[in-house]
Amino acid sequence: MSLSKPQKNLIFIIAVTLFSLYISLPTDLGYFKIPRLNIKFGSLDLSKEIEIKQGLDIKGGVQVVLDTDMSKLEDIDKQSALESLKDVVGRRIDLFGVSEVSIKTLQNNNQYRLSIELPGVTDSKQAIALIGETASLQFAYPIFSETKSATEEASLTGFNPANLSGSDLKRAQVTFQTDDSLPAVAIEFNDEGTKKFAQITKNGIGKPLAILLDGFPITMPNIESEIPNGNAVISGSFTLEEAKDLAIKLNAGALPVPVKVLSQKNIPATLGQESVQKSLLAGGIGLLMVVTFMILNYGKMGLISSVSLALYGLYTVALYKTIPVVLSLPGIAGFLLSVGMAVDSNILIFERYKEEIRAGRQWQVALELAFGRAWDSIKDANAATIITGLILFNPLSWSFLNTSGAVRGFALTLIIGILVSLFTGIIVSRTLLRIFYKGKNLNKNI
Amino acid sequence: MNWMKYRPLYFLISSLVIIPGIYSLITFGFKLSIEFTGGTQAEFILPDTQKQNLLLALSTQNPQVVSESDSQFTLKMSETTEQEIEQITQKLGTVSGQVKLQSFEVIGPVLGQETLKKTGNALLISSLVLLIYISFAFKQFKYGLSAVLAMLHDTLVLLGSFSLLGQFAGVEVDLLFVTAVLTILSFSVHDTIVVYDRIRELSHKVKNVSYENLVNQAVSETIVRSLNNSLTIIFMLIAMFLMGGESTKYFSLALLVGTVTGTYSSTFTAAPLLVVWNKLFEKK
Repeated sequence: MSLSKPQKNLIFIIAVTLFSLYISLPTDLGYFKIPRLNIKFGSLDLSKEIEIKQGLDIKGGVQVVLDTDMSKLEDIDKQSALESLKDVVGRRIDLFGVSEVSIKTLQNNNQYRLSIELPGVTDSKQAIALIGETASLQFAYPIFSETKSATEEASLTGFNPANLSGSDLKRAQVTFQTDDSLPAVAIEFNDEGTKKFAQITKNGIGKPLAILLDGFPITMPNIESEIPNGNAVISGSFTLEEAKDLAIKLNAGALPVPVKVLSQKNIPATLGQESVQKSLLAGGIGLLMVVTFMILNYGKMGLISSVSLALYGLYTVALYKTIPVVLSLPGIAGFLLSVGMAVDSNILIFERYKEEIRAGRQWQVALELAFGRAWDSIKDANAATIITGLILFNPLSWSFLNTSGAVRGFALTLIIGILVSLFTGIIVSRTLLRIFYKGKNLNKNI
Repeated sequence: MNWMKYRPLYFLISSLVIIPGIYSLITFGFKLSIEFTGGTQAEFILPDTQKQNLLLALSTQNPQVVSESDSQFTLKMSETTEQEIEQITQKLGTVSGQVKLQSFEVIGPVLGQETLKKTGNALLISSLVLLIYISFAFKQFKYGLSAVLAMLHDTLVLLGSFSLLGQFAGVEVDLLFVTAVLTILSFSVHDTIVVYDRIRELSHKVKNVSYENLVNQAVSETIVRSLNNSLTIIFMLIAMFLMGGESTKYFSLALLVGTVTGTYSSTFTAAPLLVVWNKLFEKK
């Protein structure tokens, strides 16, 4: 027995729904516990319950205050040093992942501090390590003590900095070594750095060259040949996480002044729990009104579209949990707007269906025509929204566009919302209608 | 129905809203929230019972709670001097229990002017890309231009009304407002394209009809879906405006204003603009 296309689609939809339910639902449902599967996809661990990440405004988070050591700076430079510190820390956090971070400068007389509020951070130690370390990269020639006898090994006494440092970098990224596939960091120099690196490697063939991170040697390879193309690999005994963090730090640049963590404390939600509760309730009532409206207006079709709207909500939660998306109020706005657009696809199709019925077509024909013709406007309208979303999300991190977490968070939820709503509004609704809907013809005699 | 006959009326309604808005934007600007301006952060040691009194005494400075525990209270507020705070705490201290100012700091803005500028850049680039995209999708420049003009119309209505609200009701513009503007931008274009799509479809199907009548027919055929769709969103927003928490109230209002103007503009700005363009440049 072979299945028809709608039936195949239905099976696919059921599979997606079950998977989303598995991710979205809490493990413990009172009497019933959902068994957890012991499967991992990359960083997605299905054996544990996945929490939804909530923003500072909804759940609160960790506040870290960094104190700066400005003693080496002139008074007039202190203000700008603080601002550039804020920029670098902001860049590091942005590169660390999309999350809605709030960074502000605190200043009182001769104290220059930075307050960083991180939402839903579970590993605050890692976060602090990421934002608080200076990450200055320096290439240097090791200096060895004179060997007195042939049996004694030369010991390392210090380093003589070479004319090449982190500021000559163009880009750093995680790579895996070819021989043992251990994580390492590949670096690419800018034009200036490429020239310097070529010079250093040309003059130093056969000699060791050390790479120092914050003053400590992490690797000390021997130069085997001149490297004219400006590429190098920093290998050390990195774990994958360490390699990633290092790449992030190198990309974001070194901190302009030394800092230390002054305090670290948990902060309450800026909007307050009560406000969030109220908003959720209001959103729920709003949704209920939408569903009622759809059913009153479109009858059975409205009911089916409410089912796909519910599935839309479910899939979105599942995606938010897996990506993960930090949920905050701007994000919820993006979500609500896309709910509106998800319903819109259905309204477009149903209005079209009514028209085709009025034109005297068989309901089956009218249904297929409605989906086909409404698609044109749905396609262009949603493409326009995705364009706006992409410009706001700024995936290539262009400097003349926003890189702030809040705006990006909004854009991400908007894009996800549109894509999911296209799936539920078109494919899910269509399949459900084809299988479960029986229409009436206006007049069979014509 | 002959919708396009009343073109001047639609443009008049739009200008009645937009002109005061632009005037207010130029003369008053926005009342920016502490996220943009920076301000003061102060930590107090005080008995629990005094917290409400302190918030009340500082109410003109728009205080927000940063953190609190039994005897500790950290607030951020618009720019206030140390002396001003000392005066307030001394006054409070005499009523019931001592309020002590533990620390005082000037905080910089979370979102610099840079955020606003970059968001502005994003708006500009979006407008350009949409102009090109819509012009290509509908194969005529007038569609792209009119859709983008309608989008700017909605943005101006929203910006202007919040500038007026800031001046006369003290409503602040914060990050949530910025996202509301971005949301409305997408909504406006989305809604306009649906109307345009119908015009495109009709122009293939119906021949020998003046462009104006074509637009009229398209508007008549799409207005039900346009209203139905906006109603679903408006239901949601009214619920959030009336029942949502205090902090999201004006956010919901911004979205509400935007949805209404976005719906209005698709039919009463974007479509008439096409007709105007046609009359001016494509005389048959």
